[in-house]
Amino acid sequence: MSRYLALRLSGAVPTLLGVSILTFLFIRLIPGDAIAARLGTSTALTPEQLAGLRAYFGLDQPLPVQYWSWLTSLLRGDAGYSIRTGRPVLVEIGERLPATLELAAAAALIALLVGLPLGLLSAMRPRTRLDVAARIGGLVGLSLPSFWLGTLIVLVFSLHLRWLPNTGGYVDFLRDPIANLALLLFPAITLGVALAAATMRMTRSAMLDVLGADYVRTAAAKGLRRSLIVRRHVLKNGLIVVVTLLGIQVGQLFGGAVVVEEIFSIPGVGRMLLTAIVQRDYALVQGGVLVIAILFVVVNIVVDLLYGYLDPRIRLS
Amino acid sequence: MREPVALIGLVLVLSYIAAALVVGWLPLRDPLQISTQRLAPPTAEFPLGTDALGRDLLSRILFGARLSVQVAVVSVALATVVGGVLGLVSGYLGGIADLGIGRVMDVFFAFPAILLALGIVAALGPDPKNVIIAIAVVYTPIFARIVRGPVLALKARDFVEAARAIGATQTRIVVRHIVPNLLSTLVVQVSLALSWAVLTEGALSFLGLSAQPPAPSWGVMLSEGRQYVEFAAHLAIFPGIAIMVAVLGFNLLGDGMRDALDPQQQR
Repeated sequence: MSRYLALRLSGAVPTLLGVSILTFLFIRLIPGDAIAARLGTSTALTPEQLAGLRAYFGLDQPLPVQYWSWLTSLLRGDAGYSIRTGRPVLVEIGERLPATLELAAAAALIALLVGLPLGLLSAMRPRTRLDVAARIGGLVGLSLPSFWLGTLIVLVFSLHLRWLPNTGGYVDFLRDPIANLALLLFPAITLGVALAAATMRMTRSAMLDVLGADYVRTAAAKGLRRSLIVRRHVLKNGLIVVVTLLGIQVGQLFGGAVVVEEIFSIPGVGRMLLTAIVQRDYALVQGGVLVIAILFVVVNIVVDLLYGYLDPRIRLS
Repeated sequence: MREPVALIGLVLVLSYIAAALVVGWLPLRDPLQISTQRLAPPTAEFPLGTDALGRDLLSRILFGARLSVQVAVVSVALATVVGGVLGLVSGYLGGIADLGIGRVMDVFFAFPAILLALGIVAALGPDPKNVIIAIAVVYTPIFARIVRGPVLALKARDFVEAARAIGATQTRIVVRHIVPNLLSTLVVQVSLALSWAVLTEGALSFLGLSAQPPAPSWGVMLSEGRQYVEFAAHLAIFPGIAIMVAVLGFNLLGDGMRDALDPQQQR
């Protein structure tokens, strides 16, 4: 297993390097002058001033040199400074990361708690009313835009029923756990619905495949109880497929969080990113994109490891 | 449940596309025409009500379909062609081409889809044209990967071998024998990609990164409507229904076609 772990981790290095190159080049895509963009000013600069600033920021160097110095300072924990606040980018992100991680984790939890059992039940009783309802629910859930669902939830639960303040927001879990969870519930549902629907559909289809397998028929022919067959033979084999497919989807939550944080005014990395985009605070945008991409890669590695644990064949090959 | 699903999907998709095509000829008010009847609920005069500037919501939603269809269709077409060619080259040639393309695509896969689109639009500027580029970039690697696998399998099949034996050129083999066998897979994926494209265009314009006001865009209408949700809920409801109809339509159609084309999945 440790060999598999080492193999998997080293395999991520080229990907992470690629991510850093792409994120670095991102700032080059910006139309107009990079200096003006970095300074966030529209004031006209004299050519001499511009050249001076260019040299100061190292922009007169060839691209590979610039990339190398950006990467090495990044590895030392320096991702530059926010133009608006003047504070280090990584400090700005670090402060907002807990809210985003908590939101994504809660959404994933909701998706699993709803999607797995529904998918399983639906597969065990195909063509029943429950199955049809779950499948329609799955398709609708996949098609619900989160930015609309969030608005509807605010409309119903905060404006009509007055169950939550319509300002939304975020309270530190350590300061007030109950307020934290109360504010978390609706955003997590908004973010989790699509994943719950996807989970339900994947679980259903994976379980149906396994239920139709020869070894399950053999087990039934031997006279094993159905509940035992499901527990021993169906669940684990079906879950292997679900875990792989789910891995890709769970990481997508970090992207969806941008929208949900905006709707519910949660001060997370996603909302920071949007504000930074509007204010043309490119160092912060670059840092935010990089951090979320790294999180995404890490989640995928964890899922791969889980996959290796569930299915020994993967580890050995 | 198999065929009715595809049929419902087809009806929804066709009504979405038809709205976009014929909206210019319909006897509607100008979607940008402001009036004194602000935030009016649905009436005979304004079937879906009016927004904060007194503009007709029905007209704005139907014109919104045009923008949505344009962005979704052009971006997915670009991704299908570019991704399809990359996948063909990768799978058919193999070797260094395959390795190189695979590595570059892996980097794009290392970003959450919506974040990648957001980053591209942030760099290029908020405009529907840039949203098209962003969605195309996100979906190109996906199509490359979808095409590569079947190409690998097809390359080894006897009929390709036979074509090669009678002296068919590489181009002829690819065009006449490989590509036609990919179409059924592609059709399903195109439908699902369109559903994602509609959603993403909606999300980006909701966040203010696509069409700018006063353009009739569903995402912009939703984000404007959000401010008045307390007094005029219809503003926050109808544009959302429009997006959902389109997305659901493509999802149903894609699902239905997959079931119909793939005998293994039939259940």
